[in-house]
Amino acid sequence: MMRRAALIAVPYLWLLVLFLAPFLIVLKISLSDAALAIPPYTPTLKDGIGALISELDFENFVFLTEDDLYWKAYLSSLRIALISTFLTLLVGYPIAYGMAKAPEEWRPTLMMLVILPFWTSFLIRVYSWMGILSNEGLLNQLLTWLGLINEPLTILNTNTAVYIGIVYTYLPFMILPIYAALDRMDSSLNEAAEDLGCSKMQAFWLVTIPLSKNGIIAGSFLVFIPALGEFVIPSLLGGSGTLMIGKVLWEEFFNNRDWPVASAVAVILLLILVIPIVLFQRNQQKQQEAEQ
Amino acid sequence: MRRLSWFNVTSLTLGFAFLYLPMIVLIVYSFNASKLVTVWAGFSTKWYGELFRNEAFLDAAWVTIKVAVISSTFATVLGTMAAYVLVRGGRFLGRTLFSGMIYAPLVMPEVITGLSLLLLFIGIGLDRGVLTIVLAHTTFSMCYVSVVVSSRLVTFDRSLEEAALDLGASPWESFRLVTLPIIAPAVISGWLLAFTLSLDDLVIASFTAGPSATTLPIKIFSAVRLGVSPEINALSTIMILIVTVGVISASLVSKQSAVRAQKDARAAERTA
Repeated sequence: MMRRAALIAVPYLWLLVLFLAPFLIVLKISLSDAALAIPPYTPTLKDGIGALISELDFENFVFLTEDDLYWKAYLSSLRIALISTFLTLLVGYPIAYGMAKAPEEWRPTLMMLVILPFWTSFLIRVYSWMGILSNEGLLNQLLTWLGLINEPLTILNTNTAVYIGIVYTYLPFMILPIYAALDRMDSSLNEAAEDLGCSKMQAFWLVTIPLSKNGIIAGSFLVFIPALGEFVIPSLLGGSGTLMIGKVLWEEFFNNRDWPVASAVAVILLLILVIPIVLFQRNQQKQQEAEQ
Repeated sequence: MRRLSWFNVTSLTLGFAFLYLPMIVLIVYSFNASKLVTVWAGFSTKWYGELFRNEAFLDAAWVTIKVAVISSTFATVLGTMAAYVLVRGGRFLGRTLFSGMIYAPLVMPEVITGLSLLLLFIGIGLDRGVLTIVLAHTTFSMCYVSVVVSSRLVTFDRSLEEAALDLGASPWESFRLVTLPIIAPAVISGWLLAFTLSLDDLVIASFTAGPSATTLPIKIFSAVRLGVSPEINALSTIMILIVTVGVISASLVSKQSAVRAQKDARAAERTA
């Protein structure tokens, strides 16, 4: 019995101290005021519990609603995450479909080729696009050589580069769940649809797409959720005009050293994320129940 | 065997070209003699030489490997314990909170995890350095390990453990002699996952690292912010090669053990 208690207590306490407690601290600091002190906010625990409760207020949250930088950053993060999720779906679906239709003996290799980039450093994969998209980069050299453009296109440091970066790095998250859904599908259903007079295209829209719906939904959430709080991609590929909330939080903390506002930004980002996360969980549960 | 239609061949070719071309370009240009990364000026390995003479990079690489080995080992132990508790632990007080804390870090934006851990470390007066990065990495990696291990534990035939207990093994012996060997592949891939996550992490490490300890991703990030550099291309090439060799050999080993398990199963059927 003692052993069981210890087995539960060790990971439990670890997560309480290093996961839950830090959040409560963020929440508390988001309600504090900035101060010229170390640490740079007030009140701190040293001021006593009474002062701690009476001095907390929602000032920082009010500040976030007043300064339209933050509004714009949240909205533009949502827009960038939505657009790139959609683009990832457009790129990922045909690949997953091709994999599911490939001969049986190729599939483990194809699967491995999709997973391999996932194990490679995220930072390096984002960085690899910098040399391709820059003004003197390979893409512009290629397009000029083909005679398609006369002047180099500015792609690096724009939102377009951010979309490319997100599609590229999160593509495996989209491909794998869709492939899993398509792989489970019975191909005789499509044949039946064609026998009953559907064209190939109609059978695809009316049979294949609805049957892979769960994979599409799961993949979209797996791309959308991390893309929303993304920091590395907008800061390496995006420009000064690219507003994303992960970057704003980073700058608020490291450049402006405003801890209370950075914490308030974090709290709101979490609140926004709760909705897609709950929806994702529900989709997964439904899928599990359907499988049983 | 049906042949692939031209549409599927095209989408697979284009798709994999998209996934791999950027990395191939990076590798090719790491052997470029020119400092200008977009102009090809002949084959050279001089950037690799420069890289190995760069003390700052070597120091950072050493810190990164140290952090990754220690944190992934702790994360594997804690994550396996957590998985065991979740799958076999039955009911206990605060179970919902526990499983919530296991799954939440998987979807948490890194900037928030990093910020909150930093505020904790400052709050309790812990100096930032190798220790704080290890604590941070252990915390988020253990959740990944526990997801990987618990998915294996769920599909595992519990009667094997019960048989060991009936035959007089203590719970610990039954775990060590029966459960652990069966879930070992999941535990190993959990360790590998934790190791790569730690090796790769920029955001959380930036928040939790102090001036005394810088990791390789932090160094790379501050270098590439200024633009593309041939030295970073060389470093990236080395990292890509290590991962490729690692993943391919790991998958060959697991394939071999799967084949062996199949053979054993067939042999067992024959003797039965």
